[in-house]
Amino acid sequence: MTTSTVTAPASATTPGKALAPDPARTRLRRRIAQWGFVAPAVVFMLLFFGYPLVRNVLMSFQHYTPKTFFTGEAPFNGTDNWSSVFQDVLFGKALWHTLVFTVGSLLGQFCIGLALAVFFNRRFPLGGVLRSLILLPWLVPMVVSGIVWRRILDQDTGVLNTFLGTLGLDGNTPWLTSPDMALLSVILVNIWIGIPFNMVILYGGLQEIPKELYEASSLDGASAWRTFRSITLPLLKPVITVVLVLGFMSTVKILDLILALTDGGPADATQTLGTLTYQNSFVELDFGAGAVVGNVLILISAVFAVFYLRANRTEGK
Amino acid sequence: MTAHPPVAAPRARGRSRRAVTSFAAVSVLVSGAALTGCAQQRDSDVYTVMNSSTDETYHRWDAEAMARCGKQLGVTIEQQSVPAAQVMTKALRMASSKSLPDIVQFDASEMPTFAEAGGLADLRALGLGTDDIPEGIVDFGSYKGTYYGAARSVNTLALFYNKDILDQAGVKVPTTWEELRETAKQLTQGKRYGLALSAGGAEDGVFQFTPFMWSNGGDETDLDSPEVVEALDYWKTLLQDGSLSKSTVNWTQADVNDQFMAGNAAMMINGPWQVETLNTKKSLHWGIAQIPVPESGAASVGPLGGAVLTVPNTGDTQREKTAGRIVACLAGEKEQLTYARNSWMVPANEKAAAEWREQVPELDALADQVAAARSRTAKLGAGWSGVSLALQSAFQSALTGQSSEAALKRAQQRATSGN
Repeated sequence: MTTSTVTAPASATTPGKALAPDPARTRLRRRIAQWGFVAPAVVFMLLFFGYPLVRNVLMSFQHYTPKTFFTGEAPFNGTDNWSSVFQDVLFGKALWHTLVFTVGSLLGQFCIGLALAVFFNRRFPLGGVLRSLILLPWLVPMVVSGIVWRRILDQDTGVLNTFLGTLGLDGNTPWLTSPDMALLSVILVNIWIGIPFNMVILYGGLQEIPKELYEASSLDGASAWRTFRSITLPLLKPVITVVLVLGFMSTVKILDLILALTDGGPADATQTLGTLTYQNSFVELDFGAGAVVGNVLILISAVFAVFYLRANRTEGK
Repeated sequence: MTAHPPVAAPRARGRSRRAVTSFAAVSVLVSGAALTGCAQQRDSDVYTVMNSSTDETYHRWDAEAMARCGKQLGVTIEQQSVPAAQVMTKALRMASSKSLPDIVQFDASEMPTFAEAGGLADLRALGLGTDDIPEGIVDFGSYKGTYYGAARSVNTLALFYNKDILDQAGVKVPTTWEELRETAKQLTQGKRYGLALSAGGAEDGVFQFTPFMWSNGGDETDLDSPEVVEALDYWKTLLQDGSLSKSTVNWTQADVNDQFMAGNAAMMINGPWQVETLNTKKSLHWGIAQIPVPESGAASVGPLGGAVLTVPNTGDTQREKTAGRIVACLAGEKEQLTYARNSWMVPANEKAAAEWREQVPELDALADQVAAARSRTAKLGAGWSGVSLALQSAFQSALTGQSSEAALKRAQQRATSGN
């Protein structure tokens, strides 16, 4: 806010300075006006972020069952929910799957997205058209992609296996039906979905890099790889941080894609924290346990949000 | 933002004060609206039924039935359809905001959960009789001895077979596990599998496993008993023979029906709700039989499926009474027959069922199977969902490599300890 700086020159042009009402009241009014502008944001944050967050933490310490919806009573049960979730073998599995899924997806999405962004950064005929076509997976609702891919990956009648078969390769790959393959297949589909987002943001970052730097490096006789490593990557770093952190946050909480592709199966092979909290809360109706897993997810995201803020702050300096 | 000097701009000051007040006013209005939005005003002559009839045909049949009953009772009945998986959570949310509809149609396996929470009214107290309803179906709509849910129709699973394929191969419809195994093996050719069933990781798969488990003498309270292990081993044999697709673990019952219709399976385990879709393909000649049993002469016990109409506890006795009358009409003999004729499911009412058998002789096998069918929640009540999840995980593990015994042992452990 620039309130204080404006007062000085303005009052200099005002003749009747002595007539001004007492400064304490003025300051108070200014304060009120300032808070008036901040208030909507604060109210919004408290109502739609603060309240659910606190509620979720509280719920994880409560015996919250269908009965609660009628009586409004949810007795506190200490750390019962937490210990039962942590003792559940499925929780450990889900945590591991979430980790593998997130790292695998981000790695694939980012590398392919960056490669495509660099590719489209040079101008060539039909480049714009191709670039917008690649955005398509992003525009399709996640559930629709999931259902279409479920058909594509079907072991007997799926397009992918039929295609592999005609090429003389193994046309009987159990993409979604083997517990050993299912997680990999789900990651591959998620990479396909995430490429456009990575490409668009990274492409935007590439456009920001001054062309003169590339001219200078080519005059110096730098190789393409050297140019990429010494100019593109360092200057793209802030954008890379943003892409990875945002990607992380949307990937770690994955639910819809997995529900549509495998429903967490076969034999819990694609169960992640997201599907586990869904299953606890909305299938078993054990809302306390669901809240515990939800809180773990929030905690993981929060840790990365802190990294993100710190990275941004150092960039700013 | 720039603040004007106090003296020079009295009007601006006024404006900013007004702005602050209007912010406050808007906030109050917004939060007020949010709070009052929950408590819905009820129209005295309009009654709401929440169901899962999101399919166009089912929605239309229900709307017609509701119009007839509404006319008869002098009220307007509105239908609100939400996806089947959301009926429970939506009803719970409505319960906490005191805006429950007058009638909710639950899947019978979910009803005990809502009843246990104290959310349902006793239908007998609302004047509904159960004289013409077989005991098994009364139990199906009851929880701990109280009759909460009136079924309009019930369904179960049966063996559907492609008549042309069986005739061509010159085989008879199998009646025992051994025959089913041999027939399925014989009918598996090229891209076509002998049998299709759903072992998907959701209630669908469990629903399909129960006839094998129960006909073999197994029980949901004792998942690692030899009978259940044997039933699961039987599924494994079918898969190892190549008579079942490996995708079985990823299929819902609708997927199974698609495979059967496309000619990718000679036989399938499925329910009567698929008949309408099956009949859209005129070139397909299908027949229906009871699900084969472990040994000839044994009883074929299938799962009883279907939805029940319930009256939630809203505290308004007058409205609950009228809602009871609406349920009585919708689940009455006449409406049951109409509904059963439309949906191909078996009427719950004995008299209606007898008439239906005469009208639809081709589904006779199904009516027999329903008569012997068993409710999934009869023994476990609200505990069914936990056992169901454990069982899903078990048969999926077993079908993808683990031994049936180990998988079921783990399932029983998970079902009893909760983790």
